[in-house]
Amino acid sequence: MDDLLTKLLEAVEFGKVDKKSPYPPQLRDMDGAHELTINAIESGIKPQKILEEALIPAMARVGKKFAECKIFVPQMLMSARAMGASMFQLKPFFASGAIKTKGTFIVGTVKGDLHDIGKNLVSMMVEGGGWSIVDLGVDVGSDRFVEALKSNPGAVVGLSALLTTTMVNMGEIVSTIREYAPETKILIGGAPVTAEFCQNIGADFYAPDPQKAVEYMNKLAS
Amino acid sequence: MKFKSLIIDDPKKLMFGIAPKPVKTRRGLIIGGGQVYSELNFTLPMMSINQSTLEQVFAHYREIAEGALEHAVHMNSKGVVLEFETLLEMTKTPSIGVEIVRIMNEICESYFQKYGLVSEIRLTPNDLREFERPAHQRSSSHLEPMFELFEQGMIAGGDLLSIESTGGKEVSDEALMMCDVKGMVFALAVLGVRDMQFLWRKIVALANKHGKIAAGDSACGFANTAMVLAEKKYIPKVFATIVRVISVVRSIVAMEEGAVGPDKDCGYEGPFLKAITGIPISMEGKTAACAHLSPLGNIASACADLWSNESVQNIKLLSGMAPVAYLEQLEYDVRLMNAALHAGHAHAHILQQLLVASDVYTDPQALILSPENVIRISRELVKGDSYIANAKNGALAALDIIEEALHSGKMMLAEMETNYIPILREDLNSIPDNESDFIAMMLPLLDESKFTLSEYGL
Repeated sequence: MDDLLTKLLEAVEFGKVDKKSPYPPQLRDMDGAHELTINAIESGIKPQKILEEALIPAMARVGKKFAECKIFVPQMLMSARAMGASMFQLKPFFASGAIKTKGTFIVGTVKGDLHDIGKNLVSMMVEGGGWSIVDLGVDVGSDRFVEALKSNPGAVVGLSALLTTTMVNMGEIVSTIREYAPETKILIGGAPVTAEFCQNIGADFYAPDPQKAVEYMNKLAS
Repeated sequence: MKFKSLIIDDPKKLMFGIAPKPVKTRRGLIIGGGQVYSELNFTLPMMSINQSTLEQVFAHYREIAEGALEHAVHMNSKGVVLEFETLLEMTKTPSIGVEIVRIMNEICESYFQKYGLVSEIRLTPNDLREFERPAHQRSSSHLEPMFELFEQGMIAGGDLLSIESTGGKEVSDEALMMCDVKGMVFALAVLGVRDMQFLWRKIVALANKHGKIAAGDSACGFANTAMVLAEKKYIPKVFATIVRVISVVRSIVAMEEGAVGPDKDCGYEGPFLKAITGIPISMEGKTAACAHLSPLGNIASACADLWSNESVQNIKLLSGMAPVAYLEQLEYDVRLMNAALHAGHAHAHILQQLLVASDVYTDPQALILSPENVIRISRELVKGDSYIANAKNGALAALDIIEEALHSGKMMLAEMETNYIPILREDLNSIPDNESDFIAMMLPLLDESKFTLSEYGL
């Protein structure tokens, strides 16, 4: 692999956003994702290659380490920030069609529920897996999911809930989405949610943790 | 901070069932007056709450209260607190919450009249302001239904008033995920403190107006979120431990404004509040595994005055309905504690030592809850001139205690945990004691679109 891409992969894996960033200590004073991405573009490396050979594999490594309890969320978030710095430089190439993501993921915490930590983690991991994210936030009803689907046809939808009295709202949202676009893939997650509940409400996949959500999404894209 | 010294300065006097300032309730519970009582908390099974399900909702709460109190009589219970922590719809439409209080209070009264069983209701409306982002802590229209529920709920029979208020959560959610200790001090010791002052002044005034008990607030949305995230291995346990200590300066504001306890069950900062202010506290531990896992199962009860289960759904288990089953577990725990208290201080002390010893070195979050460490940290929590200084001093003392336990070989932590100790210490030491200086330091580091300073009186 190109040396620049190897360095970029390492910068994202260890969360080095830019040269002035003090984190991680072992990469202090070295170029971060920001500088390395600019260098890679200027040296003629194709943006799609930057995405596929540096950024996505870096986040896959991060996801694996997190799933194996070898790092905590802050390290993962620093990696996501480093990836964000890189993606910022790649933005014009997404707009021009020079880079394609794996698809769009519409995600939200369902109506009546304000808990978003789990939803945010899933969103970050899926983005790191090469998907575009439409984050609808918290307390989201079926109408807003359908509106987002109208703007992003073919998107995968993710629903999150933490309460036993709000998880029931997932059923209504799934039904409404199915009425509008029956083929939509819908995954659900949250503390009280189970695989059985997922099946009962007609959703496609229950993700017990962020990594499982990414694995499912990647299968859809392959 | 108004409290400058500890009411309980001797770890041996930080005991379950005994508080220097016991609280007497309407029907005669004396919480902290020499025995521990059960506090049962419960919620609905999976269901929607709307106009068409209201009768079912009411039936669930009726079934819970009747089932629990019937079993309490059967078990010769000395008294029970039923905590009614409202769900969103019950606060948005206060009449729903008030009707549930009325139903349960009627049942409490009938068991009091019929069997002499003393029970009370703790009314805990949820903080609706969380629904607005950025939150309008002081100008939100959500305050109206929240306070209507407080007032009408009191009149309907809610005797102990609590809330899990959320001032500062706009900042803390991200700070938790980033292990940003400065962000947590800002969320809790600046925003949280200011919101608590605003909210608890009102709650205490209402309680005094109706002769009810302003009990206390829990930093559940901050420190318990940290604990649960640490249980999932999302953030380090040492960070969750520090967050717990920092949360004390925020939760103690309720007492500064006139709350008298019992502090809320999910506030594991309770032992520090008890040491500093002398109020009785409710705690939860192994009996709360129905709601969340924790590393504090036994040690949490070491100085509890009410012993709680956090929350359990009203679903059928093999033995019966879940709240009844949990009432039984709580009652057996409090029976044991009360038998020890009845046998004298030496016996109570031995039981407390066993409760502590069985957990203390298994997790830093348990470590800081041993009576010796609670007193040591509490001394640091009151010695400074500002909430910020006290939060910082308490957190640094907790880090010292963790490092001592590691160096002595009594506690083991993975390297990925211990790596955070010097980072947290450095971050804490960089915090100035003065609020204005700290705010000036933090504002450039925070996303100001996420909170409104004027809503905190700043």
